[in-house]
Amino acid sequence: MALLEVENLTVRLRTARGPAEAVRDVSFALERGGTLGLVGESGSGKSMTALALIGLLPDGAEPSGKIRLAGQELLGLAESELCQIRGNRIAMVFQEPVTALNPLHSVGRQVAEPLILHGGMDHAAARAEAVRLLDRVRMPDAAQRAEAYPHQLSGGQRQRVTIAMALACKPDILIADEPTTALDVTIQRRILDLIAELVAEDSMALILISHDLGVIAENVERMLVMYGGSVVEGGPTEEVFGRPAHPYTRALLAARPALHLARGVRLKTIPGSVPELADLPPGCPFGDRCTLVIPACAAARPREERVGADHYARCIRLDAAAVAR
Amino acid sequence: MTHPPTLAARALRHPSFAIGGALTLLLILVAGVSLVWTPLSPYDIDVPGKLHPPSPGHWFGTDSLGRDVISVAMAGAQNSILVGVIAVGVGLSLGTALGAVAAARRGWTEELIMRFTDFTFAFPAILSAIMLSAAFGPGIVVSIVAIGIFNIPIFARVTRASANAVWARDFVTAARAAGKGRLRITLEHVLPNILSALTVQATIQFANAILWEAALSYLGLGTQPPQPSWGRMLNDAQTQIFQAPWLALFPGAAIMLSVLGLNLMGDGLRDLLDPRLARER
Repeated sequence: MALLEVENLTVRLRTARGPAEAVRDVSFALERGGTLGLVGESGSGKSMTALALIGLLPDGAEPSGKIRLAGQELLGLAESELCQIRGNRIAMVFQEPVTALNPLHSVGRQVAEPLILHGGMDHAAARAEAVRLLDRVRMPDAAQRAEAYPHQLSGGQRQRVTIAMALACKPDILIADEPTTALDVTIQRRILDLIAELVAEDSMALILISHDLGVIAENVERMLVMYGGSVVEGGPTEEVFGRPAHPYTRALLAARPALHLARGVRLKTIPGSVPELADLPPGCPFGDRCTLVIPACAAARPREERVGADHYARCIRLDAAAVAR
Repeated sequence: MTHPPTLAARALRHPSFAIGGALTLLLILVAGVSLVWTPLSPYDIDVPGKLHPPSPGHWFGTDSLGRDVISVAMAGAQNSILVGVIAVGVGLSLGTALGAVAAARRGWTEELIMRFTDFTFAFPAILSAIMLSAAFGPGIVVSIVAIGIFNIPIFARVTRASANAVWARDFVTAARAAGKGRLRITLEHVLPNILSALTVQATIQFANAILWEAALSYLGLGTQPPQPSWGRMLNDAQTQIFQAPWLALFPGAAIMLSVLGLNLMGDGLRDLLDPRLARER
């Protein structure tokens, strides 16, 4: 049995323009120690998927499907039971370290809190453990910095604090939602390396969410490409990068800047824009931007087609896509 | 890097806070002093010496019963502070609790609480006071209860609006992701972060409470004789406004300066406690 099994997860939102499916029929499994990447543009449903896993969907969102953590169904659990799981078995690192910390509490106190909450430690023990955790995330002068307030730390240091908070209770799964997007490029690498190292040390499972293909390529074993709430392609990272099957994945990879391009050469772009969730077409969500589109694409949502060992894509034009390469 | 100036240093340089603070301090000082000393007793009636204009013996003159106006006005400050503190305290505690629950629970709980506050808000304090004094007889308790009830929806609204903004912030989501319940988040994250908004509102409501207390006493619904009260002094002064204008002048000035002082202080606090403004200064 996998550590985390997600089956047909769908999240329905009520928007001003009517009901919308922010996440459609997403399924995946994650083993202990495994790493999974979710990649996609803004509005593709990757963050919504993460929030559904931890039970923090916005008001009015209705999840359906199955989310099983070590066999236990999480959807439909009472808030009090979810509180036992959040931070304890599934922890999350957020995008903005600036706003993810309470400006009024010292960082040591904030790292200590989950230990008191879930670990049953007293204040002194939790404080000592918090300093050890800050040291573990390579916070320089951890003992001193524990007394600091968030505004006295740099962005990278703040993100180290949120990582220490997330790791405090040795969760089974760490969800990192764009953990480096708000940071300087020079810090990004170090934070990602730190996350990878800590995840490996405690043999946690990692779900890394990013819109940055480079970040995904370097940090996870398996990846899911999301578009319009659906997973359009999934497989081992090397496979997906080496032999992208879905036209969207291929367009995404073609849009990356490369060093060898001559000056003045324009980067490839994908024409059109991401469809509004409230008016997703009944067929393939990528249909109106795809160069290989045929009338059948708009008829029904494509099913998962196998394209390799453990590598699949939701497209009915995979043959044409392979030729177009 | 030079250290940013401390809150105290910035407070002293903030003109409206400094002036408002000084006036408020004066109000508290006068009320405090009047507990142990007034020039003459505010209760001593001296009918032959009535309606004396201000003189070295009676700085603010005497009223229609020959009472020393400055002594009565000083003792009246106690009354204003007493009513203000209790009425704002009632409104602050109940209103904040309701607003915090509304923000934490959302959904129909929020609707119910906010519609209830709208309903309460629709009753002017004067009307509540008239109803209460019709039921229980007029008195200082009636004015405290009426003003307190009127304060509840004001604090409930401020609390809910500020708390909703805090609930939408990432660190609250992070706290929820860490497995904290709504009560803990409210106590540890939401309330500390809306404290400054509540402080400002409390200062301003205090000023309003003084004003309402004076209005209720003026109408005879609040403090009863012989308990000194600024509102009643104004009522007494009304009939002699042409013979003895000082009777209206001094309590009127006392009300105006107290309310002005508290409002200026509230305004100043708003600037001083706002971290964004603080950094620019």
